Amino acid sequence: MTEALVFMLGLGLICGSILSIASKIFYVYEDPRKTEVEGLLAGANCGGCGFAGCAAAAEAVVTGEAPPSVCIVGGAESAANVARVMGVDAGTAEPKFSSSKCDGGNRAEDSYFYMGVDSCQAVSAFFGGKRKCDVGCLGYGDCVRACLFNAIKIGPEGFPVIDEKKCVGCGACERACPKQVLSVTTIRDRLLHFNREDDCLAPCQQTCPAQIDIPLYIAQIKNGDYEGAVRTIRDRNPLLLSCGRVCPHPCENICRRGIEDEPVSINQLKRFVADREMNSGSRIPIPCAPPTGKKVAVIGGGPAGLTCAYFLKRLGHNVSIYEAMPKPGGMIRYGIPEYRLPKKVLDWEIEGILNLGIRVHTNVKMGVDFDIPSLVAADYDAIFLGIGAWKDYLLKIEGENLSGCHTGIDFLSRIASGESIPIGRKVVVVGGGNTAIDCVRTLVRLGAEEVYIVYRRTRKEMPANVVEIEAADHEGVKFIFLAAPVRVLGDDQGKVTQLEYLKMELGEPDASGRRRPVPVKGSETLLPVDMVISAIGQEPEMTFKGEGKRAQSLKTTRRNTIEVNPETLQSSIPYIFAAGDVATGPSLVVEAIGGGRLAARSIHLYLSGKTVTPPEKSLFKRHIPGTLFDSVPGIQKVPRVPMPEIPVGERIYSFVEVDQVVSEEDAKKESSRCLNCGRICYNKDVAA
Amino acid sequence: MGDYIQMIIGFILVNNILLMQYLGNCPFLGTSKRMETAVGMAMAVVFVLVMAGAITWATETYLLKPLGLEYLRTMSFIVVIAALVQFVEMFLKKSVPELYTGLGIYLPLITTNCAVLGVCLINIKEEYNFMQTIVSSFGYSSGFGFALILFAGVRERVLLGRVPKALQDTSIGLITAGMLSLAFFGFKGMI
Repeated sequence: MTEALVFMLGLGLICGSILSIASKIFYVYEDPRKTEVEGLLAGANCGGCGFAGCAAAAEAVVTGEAPPSVCIVGGAESAANVARVMGVDAGTAEPKFSSSKCDGGNRAEDSYFYMGVDSCQAVSAFFGGKRKCDVGCLGYGDCVRACLFNAIKIGPEGFPVIDEKKCVGCGACERACPKQVLSVTTIRDRLLHFNREDDCLAPCQQTCPAQIDIPLYIAQIKNGDYEGAVRTIRDRNPLLLSCGRVCPHPCENICRRGIEDEPVSINQLKRFVADREMNSGSRIPIPCAPPTGKKVAVIGGGPAGLTCAYFLKRLGHNVSIYEAMPKPGGMIRYGIPEYRLPKKVLDWEIEGILNLGIRVHTNVKMGVDFDIPSLVAADYDAIFLGIGAWKDYLLKIEGENLSGCHTGIDFLSRIASGESIPIGRKVVVVGGGNTAIDCVRTLVRLGAEEVYIVYRRTRKEMPANVVEIEAADHEGVKFIFLAAPVRVLGDDQGKVTQLEYLKMELGEPDASGRRRPVPVKGSETLLPVDMVISAIGQEPEMTFKGEGKRAQSLKTTRRNTIEVNPETLQSSIPYIFAAGDVATGPSLVVEAIGGGRLAARSIHLYLSGKTVTPPEKSLFKRHIPGTLFDSVPGIQKVPRVPMPEIPVGERIYSFVEVDQVVSEEDAKKESSRCLNCGRICYNKDVAA
Repeated sequence: MGDYIQMIIGFILVNNILLMQYLGNCPFLGTSKRMETAVGMAMAVVFVLVMAGAITWATETYLLKPLGLEYLRTMSFIVVIAALVQFVEMFLKKSVPELYTGLGIYLPLITTNCAVLGVCLINIKEEYNFMQTIVSSFGYSSGFGFALILFAGVRERVLLGRVPKALQDTSIGLITAGMLSLAFFGFKGMI
């Protein structure tokens, strides 16, 4: 008995001393704050924060990987206490909410009859579910059962409806859903989301370069939630007033309704809500993430730069814009004439973006007043280049330097800056793009008596927007098609008198699919004019690169644009990102906006110390196979509401905006024409 | 060598610790709901059992036997194994943090697990030498892992089936375990 007691005591003593020595030797420093923080969390071990239990969350807070507001159950009180322990500002907690990606529900047809258990998990085990749609909701309500807060119910249309007031963002529904229909996201995640091949996307949203959730905002307009519609657009595009006016709306070309009927007038609806916000006199507040302390320089205050700055600011970064012109806006201020986009409207829109706390330095040009090394020296963590394409191509013909010869963008920007340029009586504009049309319509308004457009192909091949060409036609512009200028003739004082051109005929199609114009021999014709404007395209100005070693290593392409990874927009220098015309060559405003957001995502990744990778499963310009239909059965034809515009007789004497906004009644009517498409489903019985 | 292979096969299939000796059923049901946790648990058991086998063999041979205190075997083994697991946990946390993050949460779970203690006691009862003890500990723990992973796979599929409400979760788990055990009876007499 005694020996047993002694033995066990001895064994215990030995083990105990070994362990106590080991705990000294193998001591791992643990922040004492960790225990303290852990005590302040809810202790529910729910995993809603994304960490494995409260202990792991506390450790993440102490190491700085998680914000003090990490605990979703503890709420604001816990966040404030944790912030006190950590000695930091609690900041604005970024709330998480569950949202449903599917609003097709019962609309998608079934591919087989199912009699098994009422469980999404079980149904999805058979061929991924019975619905024909690959990504949509199965409707058996696993999420409803998973939700501990009673915040989800399956709506009458067969997809989950979330009560945002009850949702705490714990993520239980997301884990329960076998089809990833529900996702618990923060505003930040939502701002940085790019169209994925497994998203439920209507054709219009797949096509929009800015990836706006078009069906959602149209539905919001239909329900009278104009503020919600503005927010939906602003999550993707901060320049909605401008885009609502100048966007050539590629989304409408692919609208499913357009297959059987006229497409929904998407852009007019965007303009309607945007104008409504402006005319209401108050701005809808835009939430921003708490400051991260990172500094980004945005070079160029055009659509790409403004968009990039806007999204970076919303993600909490400190942004400054450097603009070469006297006012921010870039091509939409200096390239688009007043009658299409009034400066007052643009000023209001840009002011709203800058009010988020973005500083603008105007009249400073890169390569002259500052350069890349000086930005690096000024402690900027990343640089965004959105300097656009402002250098006009020259015709490269004899006589181009005579007085009375101008180039397109140069002419438009000088007019927009308020400079007075002597206007000829008879003016010819060379080119067929939007710049050429903007030039002729501006000239008409400035009092030119005869305005010609000379274009080397035919009207069908003109790259300008069809509505713009028509408007120019209505305003009395004369088109000379199949004509290539060969010489500008002048008088003894060096002033332009005539333009000589060669007639052309269309030959074989070239690489762009358009038929190549071939000159007709001996067809030289003289056109008496006293002013010539060439608007045959632009390229970016790369003079900023200068001599410095830093900028010299910035790679450029054959087309004189900055070489970037098309999926991340990162240039050959890792901290420099570029989007807009300087990366793509002259393109649409909405393209620059999409690029600005993509660049903001990459910069955000770069600043967060992560690898800059392309968005996962991203679609970019591709369409999801099977989502573009040949026919849309069951559609009753309803004409789209007409765009109100000022009559030609009035408008050609002033720069008053030509296109007007639709009325609320018309906007409601137009929004009810939307089929609210999903991937393959759509509403068959709308606006009958 | 051939003997050892035969031993290992015997430990994994014929005398499977879980399904034939019915030891360690608590983690068997607790950690078999998901494949991920089952794999983690299996690795942790192999890791701990091999070391526990070695240290208890040493305790028996160099302490209990010379002192004639064999009747204290169970008690002292519990103390030794518990101390060992704690020690290993501290060691891993400091020296091999990668392994610690993988096995960490399972280590305290098996501190005084009956399967671990059981195998250690069997080793002594069978009067294995040191090498045989190591092989037996490895074989038994592999058998534990094998059965656990097998069972987790079955349970993941059972989740999708139509289980009557009264039999859901643990009860269907026990029934399945019983059938799995019956299947293992087929190996009886193989060696």
